[in-house]
Amino acid sequence: MLKLENLCMTVNGDNGQGREIIRGLNLEFEKGKIYAITGPNGGGKTSIAKLVMGIFKPNSGHIYLNDEEITNLSISDRAHRGITYAFQQPPRFKGLTIEDMIKIARPGIDQLALRGAMRDVGLCPEDYLVRDVGPGLSGGEMKRVEIAQVLARNAKVTIFDEPEAGVDLWTIQKLIGILYNKFKDNPESITIIITHNENILRICDEIMVIQNGLVQARGTREEIWHLIKDDVECKMKEQCGELLTYEI
Amino acid sequence: MKFDNLSLDLLNTISNLTEIPDGAANIRVDGQAVVRSSSANVTITPREDGQGFILEVKPGTIGETVHVPVLITQTGLQETVANTFIIGENSDIIIIAGCGIHNPSHSDSRHDGVHEFIVKPGARLKYIEKHYGQGQGKGKRIMNPTTKINLQSGASAEMEMTQIKGVDDTVRLTTAHIEDKASLKIVERLMTDGEQAAESDVQLNIVGRGGSGQILSRSVARDKSIQVFRAALVGRVECTGHVECDSIIMDNARISSIPELVAEDSEAVLTHEAAIGKIAGEQLIKLMSLGLTEQEAIDVILDGFLR
Repeated sequence: MLKLENLCMTVNGDNGQGREIIRGLNLEFEKGKIYAITGPNGGGKTSIAKLVMGIFKPNSGHIYLNDEEITNLSISDRAHRGITYAFQQPPRFKGLTIEDMIKIARPGIDQLALRGAMRDVGLCPEDYLVRDVGPGLSGGEMKRVEIAQVLARNAKVTIFDEPEAGVDLWTIQKLIGILYNKFKDNPESITIIITHNENILRICDEIMVIQNGLVQARGTREEIWHLIKDDVECKMKEQCGELLTYEI
Repeated sequence: MKFDNLSLDLLNTISNLTEIPDGAANIRVDGQAVVRSSSANVTITPREDGQGFILEVKPGTIGETVHVPVLITQTGLQETVANTFIIGENSDIIIIAGCGIHNPSHSDSRHDGVHEFIVKPGARLKYIEKHYGQGQGKGKRIMNPTTKINLQSGASAEMEMTQIKGVDDTVRLTTAHIEDKASLKIVERLMTDGEQAAESDVQLNIVGRGGSGQILSRSVARDKSIQVFRAALVGRVECTGHVECDSIIMDNARISSIPELVAEDSEAVLTHEAAIGKIAGEQLIKLMSLGLTEQEAIDVILDGFLR
């Protein structure tokens, strides 16, 4: 189980005053479930992911993974404990190839699994493995490479930060299939997906709506759809156009 | 000829050799050519003053690789060597050079190498040169390479010149004369740390119609090291040229990057990009989120950047 207990985080605001972006957050994530975190921009969704990965430090509160407190562990120590995070906007590297990155993500990966990880995200290994994770890749390609690295890790806690952003519709559908097959009812993994995509919400066991650094609602999609419908449809229109709004 | 372990290690570092190579080769150790062999198509003959050689590739020679490394392991040795490479018409050849200095003493060791390349019409050359220094003494390890390239009509060359590490002082001078439809790509990679200083001055003169020149430079400066990089492209006729200088700066290092474009013809298309910056925090975080420590992440980023 992953447990966040009374987490608070403050950042420096534009006026030089502290601005509280996570306010006494309490959350529990169980093994075998896929969780969605959704809610308006600036509500604190990515901050939660970065607190779990250790990229952000809380001002107070505790984080536990399987009863071990990890609040003060470094990013790499948390990675070794089995936490992994797919960045919303992954950084680019000059001179490091996609193959290098996947091998860093999963040391000792064999060629079969390496190529499989590429095919899972719709990238042909022959064309892409040797390419730099650099300026030559489009935003969508970068996102797919990021997801391939995270999938290759087989982590205990996998966090995806808006995996749908910048990825074409065909890939989103394929990605949803991969997430479903790999993580649905997987008794060993906790999966957290920050998303505004209704099709991704459909495969999640539980949805948390985060706003103003707090959980505003929590439940199954059916239970809380009335709270998030407008927001999700608005985002879907932004990303996919008018034709792709869904009736519940 | 048998090399001791120290020489073999240096040889391996600068040219991936673990034994004396087959074919044409010239291996210079402590001021003497200890290996010099020619092949049917590549002849290596000494200069009259003994300080260098003339390497000639017969026209039409395809697929040969020639090794010409230099090692200095003798304390305080300082030498100047001049080599000439004549690459015959329509040949296609790889030359692997490099210099490794082991200096454990308090006297400076220094190698000044002057390489002149004459690449005849239609020929293709790939040249790979690595510089490396090691040793715990206070004596400096100094290398000053001068490279002159003459690319004749339709010839092409790719020159990869890398300073791996351990070179305390270097002044690198590279000039090229590019004739019609000839193309030259220079890839330079430099790593400095401690109080090392590196200065590189590259000038490509494109004098023939349809000629092209590219200078790609990547460097990393750490600690208190200093780097100065000047890259000049001169287009005298209709031609294309591009300069790209990318540097990572760390600690208290200093880098000057000075690209210069000179067009003397309205059909010359010359471009340049230059960037100096530290390692981005998000790159470190990304690699650490995959399980690397901060130091491992830095090493991976620098290795990739200079690869």
